Amino acid sequence: MITCITAISSVSRHRFLWLGALLLSAFLSSAQASSSDFVLADQCPPSFALDQNNQCRLRNLYQLYDSLQDRGLGGLKTALPEHRDGFSPQQIDLGRLLFFDPVLSADKNLSCANCHNPGLGFSDGMGRSVGARGQLSQRSAPTLWNSAFLQSFFWDARAHSLEQQAVGPLFSDHEMANTPQQLLADINQVEAYPELFKRAFPDASDALVIDNIAIALSAFQSSLISLNSPYDRYAHGDAKALNPNQLEGLNVFRSFVARCSQCHTPPLFTNQQVAVIGTPEPAGLPRDIGAQETFDAQRLRGGFKVPTLRNIARTAPYMHSGRFATLREAAEFYTQGRGHAVPEGEELLLHWHISDPNLTDTELDRLVDFMEALSDESLMPKVPTQVPSGLLSGKTSISLVTASGE
Amino acid sequence: MNAKFKVVLAIVIFAGGWIMGSSNNVAPVITSSMDGASYSGGFQSDDSIRAVPKRSAQGNIHLVNPGDSIQAAVEAAQPGDTIRVMPGTYSETVYIDKDDIHLVGVIQQGERATMDGLGKLNDAILYSGNNVVIENFRITKYKGNGIMGQAGNNFEIRNNVIIDTGIYGIFPQLGTNGLVEHNVVSGIEDAAIYIGMSDNIHVAHNEVFDNVAGIEIENSRHAVVENNIAYNNTGGILAFVTPGLPIKTTEDVIIRNNFVLDNNTANFGAPGSIVSGIPAGTGILIMAADDVIIEGNIISGNKTAGIIVNDHSFATTITMDVESDPNSDRTMILDNVMLNNGYDTIPEVTAVALTELHTGLVDIVHVGPSNGSCIINRHRYRAVGIGNYGECDFTNTDSTESYLLAGGAQPRVIHPSERGEIAYLGVCTGCHSYTGRLIGPSVQVIQAMYAGNPEGLVEYINAPVKKRDNFPEMPAQNYLDAETQMAVANYMLALEK
Repeated sequence: MITCITAISSVSRHRFLWLGALLLSAFLSSAQASSSDFVLADQCPPSFALDQNNQCRLRNLYQLYDSLQDRGLGGLKTALPEHRDGFSPQQIDLGRLLFFDPVLSADKNLSCANCHNPGLGFSDGMGRSVGARGQLSQRSAPTLWNSAFLQSFFWDARAHSLEQQAVGPLFSDHEMANTPQQLLADINQVEAYPELFKRAFPDASDALVIDNIAIALSAFQSSLISLNSPYDRYAHGDAKALNPNQLEGLNVFRSFVARCSQCHTPPLFTNQQVAVIGTPEPAGLPRDIGAQETFDAQRLRGGFKVPTLRNIARTAPYMHSGRFATLREAAEFYTQGRGHAVPEGEELLLHWHISDPNLTDTELDRLVDFMEALSDESLMPKVPTQVPSGLLSGKTSISLVTASGE
Repeated sequence: MNAKFKVVLAIVIFAGGWIMGSSNNVAPVITSSMDGASYSGGFQSDDSIRAVPKRSAQGNIHLVNPGDSIQAAVEAAQPGDTIRVMPGTYSETVYIDKDDIHLVGVIQQGERATMDGLGKLNDAILYSGNNVVIENFRITKYKGNGIMGQAGNNFEIRNNVIIDTGIYGIFPQLGTNGLVEHNVVSGIEDAAIYIGMSDNIHVAHNEVFDNVAGIEIENSRHAVVENNIAYNNTGGILAFVTPGLPIKTTEDVIIRNNFVLDNNTANFGAPGSIVSGIPAGTGILIMAADDVIIEGNIISGNKTAGIIVNDHSFATTITMDVESDPNSDRTMILDNVMLNNGYDTIPEVTAVALTELHTGLVDIVHVGPSNGSCIINRHRYRAVGIGNYGECDFTNTDSTESYLLAGGAQPRVIHPSERGEIAYLGVCTGCHSYTGRLIGPSVQVIQAMYAGNPEGLVEYINAPVKKRDNFPEMPAQNYLDAETQMAVANYMLALEK
């Protein structure tokens, strides 16, 4: 989750920011719903089993398999990496309401869903996302599908848990631009939230705290599971689940000429490592040093976390700053020559699998076909028709509804 | 009964299976050296070293003749089947995404089933299934790998001749329990035999020459590399930790009784590849690998050094990885025959040697920190950098015949109730909820229809038919195995909320 956008321009956004701040209390009292309008789910989302401790436990067919060193990397019938689960149904559902609630941002106009739009693969269709103050951020919004399986977060791998990640955008000046004090004050003003937090965190003496906001958002994100794509059916043994073009694409993908699967390793389609691949920056922008900063390591200059390719067809444009508009262009980058887009004078220690595979046009087409077979949105969560603040209305809600095709 | 039919019948009886496919070519009697009796000579011998458990029953035999597609035979085969490929030339990529397939080339008067990539095809053979055997092929002119595994456990790759083929000759990756033996691999621009991120591996009796790297054990644990001959490569035998890979260690590698000769070929590795940094003239190279034992090898004529042990800082072209331990710890050097190594070494080695006032030949050079390394009979060698090596408290590895797992790597054991829940929640709940319609009808409606009849439900999910006008047709779940289908049917019918 990097930054967020709305459908309106930055100029009108600034105006809206002031308007929102001045009129917030009036806005809330007139539009918000009461806690009785919101009943938190007592059942887990699909694909989760409720255990005796009221915790939701993920079940999927990959749990029938093993993996080398339990790292969740391999071929078709290989277990997935370790994942986060164990949140309660109430926490997941509260997280869902918070996720879609613009009250979380400084200007009360951005929710998490603006940049992680379920209708756009939980991304935003932007090369670089737009923050609460209307400015373009540095990087694109990653998908949230299957983030339960990730060990590190953000393009530069600087966070190590969903919770640590969640508070990043909330309080980043470039993103939702809130402060902990302001956020707690605002949420406490929303009639329904104090009661909803008590229900989701029944053992807490003070349920409505920043940590629990982060936990609820993490709980919701952990429920975004996509593991029933045509590829998955093929992996579990359905030889006909991929069409001939997709199958041909799979063989290019895992071939040692294209080498895609060496980093985008099944079954998660990422090996969760940092790789320096040397994609070009958007015109006029300086080199994004990426993981060099996180690890204080020159050798990782321009390095980014390998993203999952699950639901990748839903999240154009591609790469850390959205430099490539289509999957075809993204695939083509890898066959245009090792370091071809690294400018003169820029020293990058490119990954050893960045080579010169000389893929044919047909092979590139088949790679795209295969990546499209990694799509599955069957466990799409319900977008709430209203959120406790009553702020899911007007332009925000229209853009969401349109984008998710509902 | 004509002669041809008799021969075919003989195979059928011998193999206890049934031959499928055309047979316009007479197939010889195939005798598997893995399954026959062993010559005892008056001794009771142990089982032979093997990674794929012996079949309790032989499945069908699929015969592939020149002009046929090997892949078509793979697709027709069921687990337990054997595919026999007659001599001739085949230009295709074969992929085995199912378990327990034996892909066997037939050799007649020295003629092999030859897979020719024509300089255009990517890889010759890919496999992801468990218990796969690939043997007796000749593979040439592919751009990627000769034989590549992704995560298949229990594999055997033997008796293949792989010439002038792309990046790696034989590359099992992310698998447990594998045997790579009696292969001849040459002209490979990276490693001829590359064991990547794998466990419990045995590499024996292979001939590797004219490659950049002969045999490479990378980010893998429990490997024996023995009785191979590696010559005229840039580097002969390597045990590495490559940083930046998701599995971080190389441990417990025994390199013994190999011939490591004259590995002085100029490095022709691709720019940026890990092996492109190997200096020509490297016999055995240990980089950041722990618990490596080097024993009984004949190491001669390698111009940079016979054995190089170093840490990651010695390699300037590799990435930084905080999770990767850069040091080679507990290197153990037992008796080896070392002759005429380091006669034309690189400046980096010369510089290290000079700090110990050593000049001339270099059998062993250790660069970088090392904990717990040891050697026996150190006086024999022209060695630098081993001042902190202790004396090993053992002299041989005879008690470790191999690191292969007895009986093979076993599939995960799943209780039937757990299996039912996994399949129901993992697959069914995308379309069915307990109460109320989602995409398909509710579980309650299904329970009413199939109460006490899980077999009927299994039958339906295998071949669904459209039952309701306003519902989409259900996709068949026939890819789930019978055990899982019955488990999920029982689970679904017993569900209470």
